[in-house]
Amino acid sequence: MQYAILCYHDEADVGALTNEEDDALMAELAVVRQQLKHKLGPVARLMPTTAATTLRAGAEPLVIDGPFAETKEQLLGFYVIDCATLEEAIEAARLLMKPRMAAGLMSALEIRPISVFHPGRGGT
Amino acid sequence: MSDLAWIDAALTSARPQALGALLRYFRDLDRAEEAFQEACLRALKHWPQNGPPRDPAAWLILVGRNAALDEVRRRSSEEPLPADELMSDQGDAETALAERLDSSHYRDDVLRLLFICCHPDLPATQQIALALRIVSGLSVKEIARAFLVSESAMEQRITRAKRRIAAADVPYETPGAVERAERLAAVAAMLYLLFNEGYSASGGDAHIRVPLCEEAIRLARLLLRLFPSEPEIMGLAALLLLQHARAPARLDAEGDIVLLEDQNRGLWDRKMIAEGLVLVEKGLRHRRPGPYQVQAAIAAVHARAARPEDTDWVEIDQLYAVLETLQPSPVVTLNRAVAVAKVRGPAVALAMIEPLAERLSGYFHFFGVKGALLMQIGRIEEARVAFDRAIALANTAAEAAHIRLHLDRLIKDSAAPGSPDLLRRGAGHQGAL
Repeated sequence: MQYAILCYHDEADVGALTNEEDDALMAELAVVRQQLKHKLGPVARLMPTTAATTLRAGAEPLVIDGPFAETKEQLLGFYVIDCATLEEAIEAARLLMKPRMAAGLMSALEIRPISVFHPGRGGT
Repeated sequence: MSDLAWIDAALTSARPQALGALLRYFRDLDRAEEAFQEACLRALKHWPQNGPPRDPAAWLILVGRNAALDEVRRRSSEEPLPADELMSDQGDAETALAERLDSSHYRDDVLRLLFICCHPDLPATQQIALALRIVSGLSVKEIARAFLVSESAMEQRITRAKRRIAAADVPYETPGAVERAERLAAVAAMLYLLFNEGYSASGGDAHIRVPLCEEAIRLARLLLRLFPSEPEIMGLAALLLLQHARAPARLDAEGDIVLLEDQNRGLWDRKMIAEGLVLVEKGLRHRRPGPYQVQAAIAAVHARAARPEDTDWVEIDQLYAVLETLQPSPVVTLNRAVAVAKVRGPAVALAMIEPLAERLSGYFHFFGVKGALLMQIGRIEEARVAFDRAIALANTAAEAAHIRLHLDRLIKDSAAPGSPDLLRRGAGHQGAL
């Protein structure tokens, strides 16, 4: 089963990390990605929601600045991971949680089974 | 994980909203700060055991308000409010209550908190110091270090500034659209000052003070989250990001200034540039250009050029022309002259800046640019006079050293005036450093 691990953080906390702290966090996460490399698919880090634009359905779809929903935590990234069981996916999420907590981020990682996945060819 | 790391991060990011709400309740900055302080102490006590509350800002507002009211009630020997341990379980009821209390207000709360620091009677440095103390929660010691003054001098400065705003009328009513726009503009200007204080330090040895720049960016992002559809706030955030992206390349190992054209563009922070470019694009969609958007667009032209020779100077010239109409100022014209020199030659640029001489007679960059233009058309003696004047007006050691470099070269090259190498140099405009 493929799972998406969706990363929610308070983006104010993430934005308050210094470059050094952020680099350290990314280095730690790179180690975890290496550990998970046989099951890990695409990984994305999203820009802050201030960079987001939302298109709302309507007779004339409306372009709105900002994210879809104003929430306490924001969706700031995701992983796609192939795991045999939910337990295994939770275990992977645990590994991904550790460096975040070490960096002082009170994150939530949502583990959501994927029903259809097209890896595509776009992006880098 | 240490408890302190996440608690510290949570308190810092909750501070503007929580303190802003407490200020609205108490209508007194000192009382609001005391209540917030008390709430933070209780957070340090309770959060490690109970874990973080669902909404730290709401928790701090409720606990801070209760602590202060408790104090009042204790004095009047009335029944105390429920203990704040009860607040720290993550009950939905409290969260819902806090949200009802605050979400409708909190944009304006944060804006007010920033706005009171922008009192027009306060000189720029005091506005910035006050914002760092009140909004960012930096200690007086940290702020003093950033401004390279003694702790006691900074303490005095902040106390004086606080007394001044306490005496002024703080606007507590929910602002109308026009007032809100005015407050936003004042706050944006203050954040820009804060950034510039870090970007081009106004004194001392350090030419760049990264923490001030980063704090300005953090607050600009906060403002943009609160007002996501304001193109000028997008422009401000973009401008700060695009300028700060170049920080790693702006000084060499010796701390000397490296001109834009000579910077190692591989050192530019691509992540910041990408975010800045997105915000420029988003702002443009609104078709309501303003000074920050235009300046960000200029910075974007530089950021997009992979090599200096790829820079679209025609577009930069045009953007400065727009800026001149939006925000006429001799400094803007001076900056435009740098682009004009690239597009139409140094003689045209020199003619453009000569009428500014009187108004910019105390401005370092004016003489830097003037000297460079004179040098390019071979008027070496006059160039030397201009550079001497620039050195006398330099704000930092790095600025002075940079001009001295020109002078040295001038002396070295005086046998071959107007050597082609000089043609690339001397751009002293904001984008060039």
